[in-house]
Amino acid sequence: MDTEKNPQEAGLFRASVGPHISSGESVPHIMWTVSAALMPAAGLSVYYFGLRALLILVVSMVSSVAFEALTQKLTGAKITAGDGSALLTGLLLGMNLPASVPFYLPIIGSAVAIIITKQLFGGLGYNIFNPALIGRAFLMASFPRFMTTWLVPHGSLSLARPDAVTGATPLGILKEEGYDKLLSHFAGRHDMYVQLLLGHRGGAMGETGVIALLFGAAYLLYKGYITWHIPVTFIATVAVLTAVFGGDPWLAILSGGLVLGAFFMATDYVTVPQLKKAQVAFGLGCGIITVLIRLEGGYPEGVCYAILLMNCFTPLLDRAFKAKKFGEAPVK
Amino acid sequence: MAVSYKKLILNGIFSENPVFRLALSLCPAVAVTTSVRNGFLMGIAVLCVMTMVNITVSILRNLINPKVRIPAYILIIATYVSITDMVMSAYSRAAYKEMGLYIQLIVVFAIIISRAELFASKNKVLPSAVDGFGMGLGFLGALVLVGAVRELIGKGSIAGIHLTGGNPLLIMVLPTGGFFVIGLLMGLFNWIDQKYYGGRPGGVGGGHH
Repeated sequence: MDTEKNPQEAGLFRASVGPHISSGESVPHIMWTVSAALMPAAGLSVYYFGLRALLILVVSMVSSVAFEALTQKLTGAKITAGDGSALLTGLLLGMNLPASVPFYLPIIGSAVAIIITKQLFGGLGYNIFNPALIGRAFLMASFPRFMTTWLVPHGSLSLARPDAVTGATPLGILKEEGYDKLLSHFAGRHDMYVQLLLGHRGGAMGETGVIALLFGAAYLLYKGYITWHIPVTFIATVAVLTAVFGGDPWLAILSGGLVLGAFFMATDYVTVPQLKKAQVAFGLGCGIITVLIRLEGGYPEGVCYAILLMNCFTPLLDRAFKAKKFGEAPVK
Repeated sequence: MAVSYKKLILNGIFSENPVFRLALSLCPAVAVTTSVRNGFLMGIAVLCVMTMVNITVSILRNLINPKVRIPAYILIIATYVSITDMVMSAYSRAAYKEMGLYIQLIVVFAIIISRAELFASKNKVLPSAVDGFGMGLGFLGALVLVGAVRELIGKGSIAGIHLTGGNPLLIMVLPTGGFFVIGLLMGLFNWIDQKYYGGRPGGVGGGHH
């Protein structure tokens, strides 16, 4: 028997540090899956808003990845622009824009989202705020006119900037002219819900196709990439509070960017709490702020700012709901 | 000990620039720098107040009881701020209406009391005056620079002269833009300092007012 040889070198066993069992998931895999889950909604937006919508989504994604690679090259960091996270940010940013914006808007938005919000804070995993939403908020503050010029779904193949066919969002009409006026655009309450579910309305590209968003969200829930805690609390809080203050809860869910925000942006791994109880509190806070902005604020929609404001509280929430360690004395 | 006045001035402008290196008085640096003109006027006001406060504190440095020095400094600062406030309201009416509140707030600017406490109370009159002037110049330069960047990107003009057409980035003249510009410029200066002068990262002490 050869006693000289080390058993490990002989291949008899393999020593390595834990964890020893991995699920085979990785950042790129999850990012690409989430992007894929957004594809039905993106497809629907292209169907409704025409080829121009597709082009804006592509510009937004390409510029996001390019800015990520550029910043990482300039700062001498490892270039991970291909891991899908920048692509997802670009896609979400694009879906948050109206289809009528000029093409330089998604480029400016991705620069703010990727360079300032993500890379300057340390890159993936270190950013405090959701990059896509900061990009959108930046554009909203800078170009209010472009960002609130909504297109009526038309399915045009033209790439030119349409200027005549603009319409308000359901929430905009609700805020300016009231519920009855909004209802008069449809053949009745039932018809309104169906139309909103199918996304046949003015709005940002990604937020209109509620049914397609729900398909993608269901797939992510099934895969376990997102959990129900934040989206369900978020949406339920908005519905309940709207009903309490005399609004139409179904309209509150189906209009605006609530479904897109709750399932795809309030579930971003980096910027929301990790603990389940903290996530419920996060969803609750998002819901309250959204309703507050919708009912009392100057803007018709508040999902974006609600998520951003709650992003600030993420470290606090994770600390507040920290589980008691075994053997630790209870804190008063 | 011979004092190098040139070094004192350069210290205020570069190595201890109030805004970009000491990160002091960031509140006015964000609030009033929506244009070159506003930044310039605020900078001039602070420059005058700082120089005069440093001179006065230095003259009185042996008379002020150390136990009550802070209230005494605040009184001295408030005196000069009141003078500045009245002069501006008399001779620069339009600008005063826009930024009057911030002129009165100069009383509590951290940079002024910190120079009174750190420098003027321990040094002779002339070096104190030069230190106040240098720091004031540094503050003035920083405010004009921030104002220029914000005005250029946010309004498409510099010092009121229209340069570009199209749609400027409105956010830059909002307070948010002030934070963006100061943060990015601070980062740029840190980068220059580290790359060419072997410096350590600055502005880590946290800002006050």
